Amino acid sequence: MSAATVALPRSRRRPGVAAVYRWELLKLRAQKRTYIGFAAAVAVPLIFILALALDNSGGGPEELPFSSYVRETGFAIPLVSLSFGAFWLLPLLTALVAGDIVANEDHNGTLKTILTRSVERWHVFAGKVLAALTYTAAVLVIYVSVGLVVGGLVWGFDPLTTLSGTRIDAGRALVLTAAGTLAYGLPLATVAAIGLLLSTVTRNSAAAVVGTLMVSIFMQIIAAISALDALDPYLLSTQFNAWQGILREPVDWDPILRSAWVCALYALPALGWALTDFLRRDVTGG
Amino acid sequence: MTAPIEARGLVKRYGEITAVDRVDLTVQAGDVYGYLGPNGAGKTTSLRMLLGLIRPDEGSARLFGHDPLLEGARALDGVAGFVEAPRFYPYLSGRRNLELVADLDGGGARSRIDEALDTVDLSARARDKVGGYSHGMRQRLGIAGALLRAPRLLLLDEPTTGLDPAGMRDMRILIRRLAAQGMTVLLSSHLMAEVEELCDRVAIVGAGRVLYEGALGELLAGTAGRYELRTTDNAAAAEIAARVVGDVEQTSDGLAFHADEATAAEITLALGQADIGITALVPRTATLEELFFRMTEPSAANGRPALEEAVR
Repeated sequence: MSAATVALPRSRRRPGVAAVYRWELLKLRAQKRTYIGFAAAVAVPLIFILALALDNSGGGPEELPFSSYVRETGFAIPLVSLSFGAFWLLPLLTALVAGDIVANEDHNGTLKTILTRSVERWHVFAGKVLAALTYTAAVLVIYVSVGLVVGGLVWGFDPLTTLSGTRIDAGRALVLTAAGTLAYGLPLATVAAIGLLLSTVTRNSAAAVVGTLMVSIFMQIIAAISALDALDPYLLSTQFNAWQGILREPVDWDPILRSAWVCALYALPALGWALTDFLRRDVTGG
Repeated sequence: MTAPIEARGLVKRYGEITAVDRVDLTVQAGDVYGYLGPNGAGKTTSLRMLLGLIRPDEGSARLFGHDPLLEGARALDGVAGFVEAPRFYPYLSGRRNLELVADLDGGGARSRIDEALDTVDLSARARDKVGGYSHGMRQRLGIAGALLRAPRLLLLDEPTTGLDPAGMRDMRILIRRLAAQGMTVLLSSHLMAEVEELCDRVAIVGAGRVLYEGALGELLAGTAGRYELRTTDNAAAAEIAARVVGDVEQTSDGLAFHADEATAAEITLALGQADIGITALVPRTATLEELFFRMTEPSAANGRPALEEAVR
């Protein structure tokens, strides 16, 4: 080993959330787990399309919005996929990263590595939240895009029949599909917030990933119990249907607005709790 | 001038267990300070409190006058190091890991990466993933990561643990060079030889408490004045020596007593007059290792380590 030249620290611009966020994305890009999530987001719509293409009976998924039109236009494919993706697939893919992003670093001891640099704790937390949300958005966009593009190639980009029964041209269908995906992102981001909370407080990746999925499934179970119907408007699982309001003529904004504040009721306390825990925690891992 | 480290009354409890018990530390600029204690003595917990990674239940820690718990990352300006083993992302290369921590440091830390890699002899393996690094390479990468911050204070938690003899030697040479350049170093270790070789001041901790803090030289000098004596007639020599110094200890092959040089000379004259030949008279200073065990291991007498006994 040779000698090092040691300089005195100088006044400088301090790194912040942007630096942490950038590196969180680079870390996600370097991890196999990220690609497993992306691969699933690609594979599931492809399997769905393949199953439809191979089914000569002309049948399709029943009792799901747009399921009657899956062989009429490719625009119906991502919309049906959104409906069945809410049961467990997309919450699971979201939890894969959100449930792991803090707990993994705590367990492996790298949290102490980054918390003894020049960034504040809240910078680190905010960077991780943004990275988890970015990954969630990427999974959703991939999931919808694959269904849309491949579905369109197979069945064409023909006009779409809305949930109100009106026909809209391909351009408007594309815009409404994008807007519907955006609305769908609200409850999915809320799942990410719950994953981040569990990741922070449990300090255990597996527990956080499974716990997040269980919260999502638990709400679906409650929604299925007719005696608890009064709770439906406030369940996270219900908000996964809010996007359908956009696919009506005229657009029904009520479920969208309710979804926004109901999701906020779940997500903001979850993130607040997680942040408080993260700021005050003893970093003992590794 | 503000001390690089000033800790007062640090206490950390985990349930019933008090891991750190009213620890006071003062590390002055330029010190190579040994923080010496057996495993489980609270060394790592203390370092975590110094770096603001965990909150003390009582007391406070200041680095260059700044409290990490109150001032956050700003309090760590000019401070670097690692607690327990340095941890990096195994799926990134060594260089990429350094780029990451450099970006979280800002202030030109990136421009020091090549120099830091060269300092720890990792330039040739910098593009390999850390997952394939040996323990020693990770330790060296930890030092490189610390050097990126251009620190004035370096906190190292058992940096040679797990290294092979050559790695330990290289690590000690590096620490000495950094100290020679004016860096203050706090070295936590349970390796006595390492502390004795590198440090000028020490704190010896046991069961979460500081048992001694001060200059290493003074600690060792406090044990001077012990002589070991072997003669042609140890039984008769013991009687003669006891008349002069009072307390004489029988050892496996001779006698031992505490005396100053003049008194030791007086004993040799008395032995000569009694026709007892002296085969060996050896002045002994206790090693740090002997002192350490005397301080940190419970004595048979009262079940507690005693500083007073240790430096006798």
